Amino acid sequence: MATSSEIGQIGKSSGQGRIRRITLPFRRWPVFSIVVISLLVFGGLFAPWLAPHEHELPNLRTRHLPPSFTDSGSGFLLGTDSLGRDVLSRIIYGARVSLIVAGVTLAISGTAGTLLGLVSGYYGGWVDELIMRIVDIKLALPFILLGMVLVIVLGRSFAVLVGILAFWFWSGFARQVRGEVLALKETDYVSLAKVAGASGPRILARHILPGVVNTVVVVGTLLVGSVILAEAGLSYLGVGVPPPTPAWGSMVSAGRIYVTHAWWISVFPGIAIALTVLAVTFLGDWLRDRFDPRLRQIE
Amino acid sequence: MARFLARRLLTTLLSLLGATLLVFVLARIQGDPRSIWVDDFTLRSDYELWGKRLGFDKPVYQQYGLFLGRIARGNLGVSLYRSVPVRDLIWERLPASAQLAIAGFLVSIVIGIPLGVLSAVYRGSYWDLAGRWSAVLGVSLPVFWVGIMGILLFGVALGWLPTSGRGNLSHLILPAFVVGWGASSGQLRLTRSAMLDVLDSEYVKLARAKGVSGFLVVWKHGFRNALIAPLTYAGLTFAGLITGAIVIEAVFAWPGIGQLALQSVQTSDYAIIQGVILVVTFFYLISSLLVDLLYAVIDPRIRLGS
Repeated sequence: MATSSEIGQIGKSSGQGRIRRITLPFRRWPVFSIVVISLLVFGGLFAPWLAPHEHELPNLRTRHLPPSFTDSGSGFLLGTDSLGRDVLSRIIYGARVSLIVAGVTLAISGTAGTLLGLVSGYYGGWVDELIMRIVDIKLALPFILLGMVLVIVLGRSFAVLVGILAFWFWSGFARQVRGEVLALKETDYVSLAKVAGASGPRILARHILPGVVNTVVVVGTLLVGSVILAEAGLSYLGVGVPPPTPAWGSMVSAGRIYVTHAWWISVFPGIAIALTVLAVTFLGDWLRDRFDPRLRQIE
Repeated sequence: MARFLARRLLTTLLSLLGATLLVFVLARIQGDPRSIWVDDFTLRSDYELWGKRLGFDKPVYQQYGLFLGRIARGNLGVSLYRSVPVRDLIWERLPASAQLAIAGFLVSIVIGIPLGVLSAVYRGSYWDLAGRWSAVLGVSLPVFWVGIMGILLFGVALGWLPTSGRGNLSHLILPAFVVGWGASSGQLRLTRSAMLDVLDSEYVKLARAKGVSGFLVVWKHGFRNALIAPLTYAGLTFAGLITGAIVIEAVFAWPGIGQLALQSVQTSDYAIIQGVILVVTFFYLISSLLVDLLYAVIDPRIRLGS
């Protein structure tokens, strides 16, 4: 790898080198991801201070106002929706929903998946067989439809949404962790701990768990995008977070019928989803290449 | 081969059983399923009639037994809102869903496989770059939004295609493209990496060394051997598309089983969704079984080994 002084020299000698010097940080660090994710977290945390207008209360006088940068612009940067609410403010508040749902989902599914993966890989036998069969069965099930059944039976709520998503995403962790454990349990230090009389749970917690933490973090980051997309899909279908809380998916959905004369209602929340998912995907790829190149296969 | 087949059939059956159990439990997660429709105007006699007619007055294990028995006979229950057999409702909508899934599948193959091969053959070129971005965007952009953007561009701004519903072929183009693009990403990546592996092999080098034309090397020596992984994946995508298209059905008002399920959420008609879940899971399991068998047929290593 070139040192900074070498890069400096190349930069002086040729025009192409100068371009390289400018683009180098973009290759080495996921700049796009860092910028987008920082904006998202910042927006989510400080939404009440950042949002320029009211985000939940309808105001029928300001219905369907176009974005301020268009010819017939209004005082609303990204326009207003069919209930007269500011699209930008709702996108900023929507960042909260996406972040919280993704965070809680991954915390639950990551913990459950890691535990099941540890047990499955370490003990093997019928426990392993059972857990892996459940993973297989789960793959065949249409999760959006299961979400719909739950919504009929229990109603729409944050808990139901996170429950469905967590149930959907634990197996990604379980499979990957199980694979790691299969390798780790053959190592000398685990055998040594066994000989020294350590119990199964102790070996798992003290000797094997630290070895799989990296994998769990990388898998978690790679899954953030999928969780956000799944949440948006459920919200689009009306089985996500209940209204009037702004979720990006339901905002796109609400604009669908007005798309011929008020395109901005659907377009901007969709861009927010797309940028977020792209940012976390790139970050996940970068983390994987950096910390755990063996995981390349799970693309 | 016989053992492989037996094991494969057993897991398929187990998965099917697991799906019925899950669907059964989910409907009762809150207790008696009748409580979903009870309101202030429900008569005691109606409540008991539902119990008798649908078997809710029996112990739970008996109910599950009855439920399994009905499914085995191909009876998916009765829609509670419309009093029509669920099987008929699904049957009526299935052709639309199948049409969209097949069209989307074809689109995914047409985008994914050639672009995957080109990306591998011209590694690092603009083809490769285009392939990579197509794959990344295909999985990162929310499908419903891509659908709406398509409507906005081709339906509203250009006026080339209809914006929703099912009719002649022009109605199919947009939804099929949106469904297919998302599915093509995996196809593309798999084809690319399989092609890269094959092109690096000794027999391809030999073919090149003895002067076989580039076209023949890529398509005859390379592609035919790289086909296995993409083919397996294609089978699974097809199965996944039947459910994966639910959101797209909603965007384009496509009258398939996804729409049916979505409408039944509004009427709390869980019998319909239950039926749709079972049908879709059944299709998925059957296609993945067929894929595994096909896999054994085309790859002698699996057919002859073990």
